[in-house]
Amino acid sequence: MAEINVSVNGRAYTRDVEPRTLLVHFLRDAIGLTGTHVGCDTSQCGACTVLLDGRGVKSCTVLAVQANGAQVTTIEGLETNGALHPLQAAFREAHGLQCGFCTPGMIMSSVDLLSHNPHPTEGEIRHALEGNLCRCTGYHNIVKAVQIAANTMAAGGSAVAAD
Amino acid sequence: MATTAQPGASLMGASVRRKEDPRFITGTGRYTDDLKLAGQTYAAFVRSPHANATINAIDASAALAIPGVHAVLTGEDMKKAGVNPIPPGWLHPGIKIAEYRALAVGRVAHVGNAVAVVIADSPTIARDAADAVVVDYTDHPAVADAVSALKPGAPLVHADAPGNVVFTWQLGDAAATDAAIAGAKTVVKQHLVNQRLIANAMEPRASLASYDPAADELTLYVTSQNPHVHRLIMGAFVLGIPEHKFRVIAPDVGGGFGSKIFIYPEECVVAWASKVVGRPVKWTATRSEAYLTDAHGRDHDTDVEMAFDANGKIVALRVKTVANLGAYLTLFAPAVPTYLYGTLLSGQYNIPAIHVDVTAAYTHTTPVDAYRGAGRPEATYVLERTLDVAARQLGIDPAELRRRNLIAPDAFPFQTAVALQYDSGNYEPALDKALAMVDYKGFRAQQAAARAKGKLLGIGLSSYIEACGLAPSHIVGSLGAQAGLYESGVVRIHPTGKVTVLTGSHSHGQGHETTFAQIVASELGCTIDDVEIVHGDTGRVPFGMGTYGSRSGAVGGAAIFNSLQKVKEKGRKIAAHLLEAAPEDVDFAGGNYFVKGSPSRAKGFGEVALAAYLAHNIPADMEPGLEATTFFNPGNFVFPFGTHIAAVEVDSETGQVTVQRYVAVDDFGNVINPMIVDGQLHGGIAQGTAQALWEGAQYDSNGQLLTGSLMNYAIPKAEFLPNFETDRTVTPSPVNPLGVKGAGEAGTIASTAAVANAVIDALSPFGITHLDMPLTPAKIWSAIQGAKGGN
Ligand code: FES
Ligand code: FES
Repeated sequence: MAEINVSVNGRAYTRDVEPRTLLVHFLRDAIGLTGTHVGCDTSQCGACTVLLDGRGVKSCTVLAVQANGAQVTTIEGLETNGALHPLQAAFREAHGLQCGFCTPGMIMSSVDLLSHNPHPTEGEIRHALEGNLCRCTGYHNIVKAVQIAANTMAAGGSAVAAD
Repeated sequence: MATTAQPGASLMGASVRRKEDPRFITGTGRYTDDLKLAGQTYAAFVRSPHANATINAIDASAALAIPGVHAVLTGEDMKKAGVNPIPPGWLHPGIKIAEYRALAVGRVAHVGNAVAVVIADSPTIARDAADAVVVDYTDHPAVADAVSALKPGAPLVHADAPGNVVFTWQLGDAAATDAAIAGAKTVVKQHLVNQRLIANAMEPRASLASYDPAADELTLYVTSQNPHVHRLIMGAFVLGIPEHKFRVIAPDVGGGFGSKIFIYPEECVVAWASKVVGRPVKWTATRSEAYLTDAHGRDHDTDVEMAFDANGKIVALRVKTVANLGAYLTLFAPAVPTYLYGTLLSGQYNIPAIHVDVTAAYTHTTPVDAYRGAGRPEATYVLERTLDVAARQLGIDPAELRRRNLIAPDAFPFQTAVALQYDSGNYEPALDKALAMVDYKGFRAQQAAARAKGKLLGIGLSSYIEACGLAPSHIVGSLGAQAGLYESGVVRIHPTGKVTVLTGSHSHGQGHETTFAQIVASELGCTIDDVEIVHGDTGRVPFGMGTYGSRSGAVGGAAIFNSLQKVKEKGRKIAAHLLEAAPEDVDFAGGNYFVKGSPSRAKGFGEVALAAYLAHNIPADMEPGLEATTFFNPGNFVFPFGTHIAAVEVDSETGQVTVQRYVAVDDFGNVINPMIVDGQLHGGIAQGTAQALWEGAQYDSNGQLLTGSLMNYAIPKAEFLPNFETDRTVTPSPVNPLGVKGAGEAGTIASTAAVANAVIDALSPFGITHLDMPLTPAKIWSAIQGAKGGN
């Protein structure tokens, strides 16, 4: 067992973990944040995507001990003061989700994308999401959602009140 | 854009934003693997690495010695405890049903066949212990493809199924078909392989069972598209638990596409084991396990003969198909290559004589059952691919050849040569609209110009029909179904006028919480936020048959609609009583009952609901309360149709295909929520395109799955696909009160043939007339090289 200190969505956690524990299992099992999903065992699907010190990572490829001392943001931490992140709002507005299983990872990857490319083209969006698989939407509305969010954020909108 | 309803406004046909989204975009959805029960233990399965082997011995001693292991259970243990094999839900005369045990007894018949289970305190302990179970096998030769399995001397999958034949099945008039083919001007022959696919819902299957000894009640959370079907079959046939002691809950489910219909070994084991160990037991599939154990789809090998007269009219169709059903029969498996396939072989066309002959084979592979479209994509591919081959051979444009053979709009109801009676349809407008959207003539000109420069453009059509709203109980019963296929819908009005709806349909991405609420809000004049749709819990919903075969709107929605009429009618009597008017003089609109001609004499729906529950002042012969139940059992399937067109470019240097445009014109009858219907189409088109271009499960000759992970089974990424252009025609269905048809599978049914046809069209300058799917760069490149070499 190893002790780790991680800040998740702004809250500090100190936990003992087995060295082989993956970050995604730490999030889901140790601290009960089940919004981050596991869709594969070969690092392909991206359902587990979170932000680690602001960068999008597949939390199934990171050991919990590697996150020691880091800041993690999960889908549960995207709202600010009860207001949805523009990407969350845009996924709903554009119907960018159906079963919702890929959605947290899709949104976190899109947050990562827009943080370093605020005005992506359609092609850049499709390329940036290559590590995130969705079996329901055919991606059409996911791409639209990211475009909508990019526009909202460019117009200065940071968050949208949750209804 | 409408987001929430104005009270009283009809929401039918409005792109209302989904009620389910807030939980999914904030990470608060609850999928089976998210649940944690006190004292929960974890299951891990020991699986066969062989496709065909005898189990000589199972040594669990090392596993049992690992701290935290509660039990190691085998097929023998399960059998001794009286657990029965898992039955198929659809039978044919003469069908050979192999014993399908949740944990194998004595033999295994495919790689991944579960042999034993470990129950332990954590998933990692369970996995480590499962790896420590030693199974002594004697390995035997195996057969993975169905054509080989049917050859004399092939390894036998089950001793009691000689020749590996599960059943043979025929439909249509063989003699008339033979005669028409013999007398035809042209007979087009084509061999087609519809390759095996793996559904790959993004949420892996999972189950969590908990036994309560005080109540002697078992609760099972499971990734199911049809929890009542799970309860019925697992309870009555496998585990021997009566319905009133068995609750099945399918919470949020992350996609199904058919793969979560069936009763799987793992959920039976988990349910049984929770009672054995006296603790809740959870199992979640890894993606690798999903590849080996989720039922696969398609896998047909077909010879087609399509015969034409001198005017390019089809005079007969003969289809011979070998269907690979894998090692065991799962729930719908016998129906997919027969009633969901052979009956669709008339398509949109007037074909006077059709004969179809199906042989279903056992092989040493994962069971094959319904995957999105289930039989109908296979039928559409047979017709639409062959029509394109024929068009080239006859020298007729593919669009024109289709047009010449369409069933005329005045011919409905239309009796096909393969048993179905189409109730309604008008096919040419959808064809015309799609051709106009894609600018077919313009594309042909562009194609010719591009060819002159050595660029390969292609266009492909697919005019499809599907039978969905899987339902009519008397029909499916006469065809071998072991259950009826109606749906239940309860509308419960609360004293405040708020509404709870209990539906037997199950949503795993379809958005029923929104669309069904739209039906309610439109009928009662309330907002969708006044309505709660409850589904997926046998403890709350009285009964149901679940969601598959694009049946939820047409059957489940119709049940809710009819219950709403009953509730409104009772409310009208109460309102009339309160207003001191005759019930026939009272109307209902915009959430108010009012006396005809004097709208100020009115009672709000909420007031009437309260009166129904107070029961101080209701008609003397009336029971209190305001609630209605309907079991809707429609008189026929519904028949969506449409034309899809794909335009592609093939890179002649690499064989790479780019889908440039995809146009879909569909007729789903009335549409409740266009945004949701478009979304379903997009996803379906992506899956069907993926079959044409990328996906295909492959086994080696020893029955090892070569495409066992997302690394070597190519499900599409965002970059592979274009945006989709959709439009509709509207021909309401006459068989349900909403006039709706199913929309969940059309995209998959239509798109595979459209995209395959487009690619072959692009390759036609090389004289290539057909290639089997998936049309990968390597395959196309080799075909181009072969064609060049041959020149
Ligand atoms: S769970 Fe699939 S990439 Fe992490
Ligand atoms: S919404 Fe179901 S996998 Fe993306």
